[in-house]
Amino acid sequence: MDFLRPASWEEALAAKAEHPAAVPIAGGTDVMVEINFDHRRPEYLMDLNRIADLEEWEVGEESVRLGASVPYAKIMEHLRAELPGLALASHTVASPQIRNRGGVGGNLGTASPAGDAHPALLAAGAEVEAESVRGSRRIPIDDFYTGVKRNALAPDELIRAVHIKKADGPQQYSKVGTRNAMVIAVCAFGLALHPATRTVRTGIGSAAPTPVRARTAEEFLNAALEEGGFWDNGKIITPSVAKRFADLCAAACNPIDDVRGTASYRRHAVGVMARRTLTWTWESYRGAHRTTEGAA
Amino acid sequence: MRLNFTVNGRPQEADDVWEGESLLYVLRERLGLPGSKNACEQGECGSCTVRLDGLPVCSCLVAAGQAEGREVVTVEGLADYAAQRSRATGGCGTALDEARQWQARGTDSQTGEGTELSPVQQAFIDAGAVQCGFCTPGLLVAADEMLERNPNPSDADIREALSGNLCRCTGYEKIMDAVRLAAARQSEGV
Repeated sequence: MDFLRPASWEEALAAKAEHPAAVPIAGGTDVMVEINFDHRRPEYLMDLNRIADLEEWEVGEESVRLGASVPYAKIMEHLRAELPGLALASHTVASPQIRNRGGVGGNLGTASPAGDAHPALLAAGAEVEAESVRGSRRIPIDDFYTGVKRNALAPDELIRAVHIKKADGPQQYSKVGTRNAMVIAVCAFGLALHPATRTVRTGIGSAAPTPVRARTAEEFLNAALEEGGFWDNGKIITPSVAKRFADLCAAACNPIDDVRGTASYRRHAVGVMARRTLTWTWESYRGAHRTTEGAA
Repeated sequence: MRLNFTVNGRPQEADDVWEGESLLYVLRERLGLPGSKNACEQGECGSCTVRLDGLPVCSCLVAAGQAEGREVVTVEGLADYAAQRSRATGGCGTALDEARQWQARGTDSQTGEGTELSPVQQAFIDAGAVQCGFCTPGLLVAADEMLERNPNPSDADIREALSGNLCRCTGYEKIMDAVRLAAARQSEGV
C-alpha cells in the first residue's frame, strides 16, 4: 500500500488521474473500519486532510457550498440556520468523536443507503461538485446514488464540495435506531417545506437500495396543499391528507429484512416518520405564517 | 513510512509504519503508550479516544499518516495537559510564560507513572467510576475535553459528550457522578 499526501486540490486530482484505484480518506470513519477489518486493502490510500479548502464552506445567495471534508460537528455548530435538515441529520451521526472527523463528502463517497446525510440532502435539494483533471461538473443529488454503495462518480473523480439549497422553510429529520448515539439507521426520513415554490421534498434513508425521494407522495401533497389553499390559509393539515402522504412515503420504500429490522417494520416506520415530520414542519410553518399575518 | 508528530507535548518519530496502520496502533505498539485501548476498531466504543489537534477523535479511525505533523494528547499526557491548561487560564501573572515553557516531564516509559493526576482522573477514582478500567482512558479524555469547553455542564451535556464511549460495567451512574464532581471541583478552583 502507498500513502499519497497531496498538498493541494490540483495534486489530488493529478494523483487520482494517475491512480484511479486510489481510495480517498478524509475523516476515515468509513475507510479505516474497512482497513482495520481487512475488508479492503487499497493499493493507494490518498489523504485529503492536507487540503484546507475542503474543510471550508461558503454561504451564498441561494445555496451553501459545503466543502467535502467539513466535519458534521461544524455543520451543527455553524449551519443550523441555513441547513436545518442537514444539521439535524448531522446530530444523529454516531458520536462526538465521529462527528469531529466525518463529513458529507465521505457519506456521498461511500453512498451507503444508510448514510445519515442523504435524506436531508434529497429533501433540501443539492448538487455534488465532482472534479477530475478533465474538468468539473455538478451532479444533481437525485442522479447521484446509483446502487448499493455506488454513486455516479467516474473513477478519476473526487468530490470537492456539495451545493445545498438554503432552507426557505422548515425542515425536519427523523431516524429510527435502537438508541440515540452510535447507531446505524434502521431507516431515516428527511422532509423540507419549500414555501417559495410551494413544494415539499422528501428523502428516505435505509429503506431501499439507495437513498430515495418519495416522489408520488410529494406530488400528492403538493397538489393537496395547493388545492386546499393551505400555503395561504395556514390551516392544520387534514389528517386524511397526512395519512395518505404517510402511506405513499411507505410505498416508496423498497426495503430488505436484515439484522437491524424487517422490511415491513421499515415501511411502517417510514410512514410514521413521514406523518410526524410533516406535522412538525407544518406546525412550524403555520407559526411563522401567523406571525407574519399578525404583523401585517 | 516514517511518521513525525507530537505526542503529549513531545516530538515523536515512528519508523516502518504500515500505510494502512491506525494512529491507535502507532501509539500502542510503536510508541509504547498503551493507555488508549483497542477494542472495537470501528469507532463504536470510544476506548481509543485521543485529542488530535485538540479535538477528541477515535484514534483507531485516524490513518497514521494523517497524524503527520499534528499534535496528539493521550490519556498518558492528560494530567500534564490539564495542569498546563489550568496554569494558562488560572489568572496568575506568570501563567502564559509558564505555559510556553511547558514540557512533558519525566524520562520514563511515558506511561504516566509518577505524574500527578488530572482533576477528572482524581474524580473518577473518588467517585468509584472505574471498574474493569478498559473504557476509562477514553472516557477521561472525552470528559476532560468537555470540561475544558463547558465548565458547568448539565447532565444532558455530560451524556451527550460521553455518548461515544461505551462502558459495560458501571451503568454510567458513577461516571456521571465523577464528571459532576470534577466540574464542581473545577468551578471551586480546588
